[in-house]
Amino acid sequence: MSASAPFLIATLAHQLAGSRRVAVGALSPMPGSAAFLARAQGLGPRQITVLGSRSNNDFTEGGRELFDRAAQGRIDAFFLGGAQIDGGANINLVAVGDYAHPRARFPGSFGSSYLYFLIPRVILFREEHTPRTLVEKVDFISAPGTSPANVYRPGGPAALVTGRCVFAFDRAKGRFRLESVHPWSSIEEVRDETGFAFEVPAEVPTTPEPDAATLALIAGPVREQIAETYPAFAAAL
Amino acid sequence: MEPLAIDEAVARIAPGMMVALPPEYCGVAMAATRELLHQGTGGLHLLAVPQSGLQADMLIGAGRVATVEAAAITLGEQGPAPRFTAAVKSGTIRMVDATCPAIHAALQASEKGLPFLPLRGILGSDVLAHRGDWRVIDNPFGNDDPIVLLPAIRPDVALFHCEMADSNGNLWIGRRRELATMAHASSMTIATVETLYEGDLFADETLAAGVLPAAYVDAIVHVPRGAWPLAMPGHYERDSAAIAGYVAAAASAGGFAAWLAEHLARDEAA
Repeated sequence: MSASAPFLIATLAHQLAGSRRVAVGALSPMPGSAAFLARAQGLGPRQITVLGSRSNNDFTEGGRELFDRAAQGRIDAFFLGGAQIDGGANINLVAVGDYAHPRARFPGSFGSSYLYFLIPRVILFREEHTPRTLVEKVDFISAPGTSPANVYRPGGPAALVTGRCVFAFDRAKGRFRLESVHPWSSIEEVRDETGFAFEVPAEVPTTPEPDAATLALIAGPVREQIAETYPAFAAAL
Repeated sequence: MEPLAIDEAVARIAPGMMVALPPEYCGVAMAATRELLHQGTGGLHLLAVPQSGLQADMLIGAGRVATVEAAAITLGEQGPAPRFTAAVKSGTIRMVDATCPAIHAALQASEKGLPFLPLRGILGSDVLAHRGDWRVIDNPFGNDDPIVLLPAIRPDVALFHCEMADSNGNLWIGRRRELATMAHASSMTIATVETLYEGDLFADETLAAGVLPAAYVDAIVHVPRGAWPLAMPGHYERDSAAIAGYVAAAASAGGFAAWLAEHLARDEAA
């Protein structure tokens, strides 16, 4: 069994608990939905800006304002993905194989090379959880997971949500710890399907299923709000 | 300033020029792009501010692009940009990977007449590793604080589609301020507009704040539906069916060529 969109949206929303100002970047229908859900559930988000949206976008200085706000400490949480993510939380949004002659090429790094450093809570999301996507070492670092102590870096990775589990990222150790496993998966399966080493605590809970009220919010107001920016995603939700 | 005919305005873009392009949610001059394809202008250096999609993909597919500088090229919900992807993999374009705020900041340097601007982040990334033109210095006001310096970018031309132009050549761009940054930083600005405004945009204070003054604008063309098949917020939605047709055709070089020939022929008839 694989993850349903509502399950992942609810799991991502949980990661926004306590984050008041949330920004959602490009190509992010699930994170955008999670931000709307977390707001509807009263988990913390009050102010949500969605790239490409008109109704959920209070920027008046153009595209640079997201980055300027992040630098000013006015964004609390953000989502990033990756064609590859490695055990050091380095993310690759550019290419697989040799950079000059890639086997696969992706859109590009977007704002990740910057926002990963500046937004306190960055939640990584990659639904495909296989050794192809979760690798020992990424082929191209769009943004590094950790930096030397002298690098100005108030932000960084907090967690990684996949179609099989949730990892928390320990910035001091520079590695992931298994936080919960989705109901249809197992610690063994997560081990088999992950290309990097991670910590496994003695007790690993099961990721909770969304309850009926949560599912109703997703099918109702969340779906309606995300449709403005991601109509095809909303139609399929 | 009298509005020009579209062929006259687009003819100002010469082969090899660096052309600054806005993102898809921001008013893309697609009718002008089709005219550019008609005119056969090649060797272009596309600067996506900070990302592009269908517009860049069409120009790349037609072989008119030498260099792409961008934080991303994507068709959004319609998936990867097929001709961009193929061109990078086969090495037929020079790809200069950037990150969104670096492109904004490098244009802001030009706005201010500065040779460079510093920017946080980026350190330790392969984006930086592949940018021979970016530098890292130790913050002269700090103590062991490395920071990236970005040289100013001065595009030859900014090309975009926006809401309206008045008879004095002022444009109304509303809160799409990246269009202003592009125009301020570029040697020349060519804009297509959805509508013409009777009167002076500066006469109304509520409109004046959203104006890009004529001082920055070199050519205006009145093109209703000028962003189609992309969206023009407040006027028309993204034509997903038309873009899906493009994606299907552009999966191969041959399919793209056939699509382009048909598309440009239809424009000529219209």
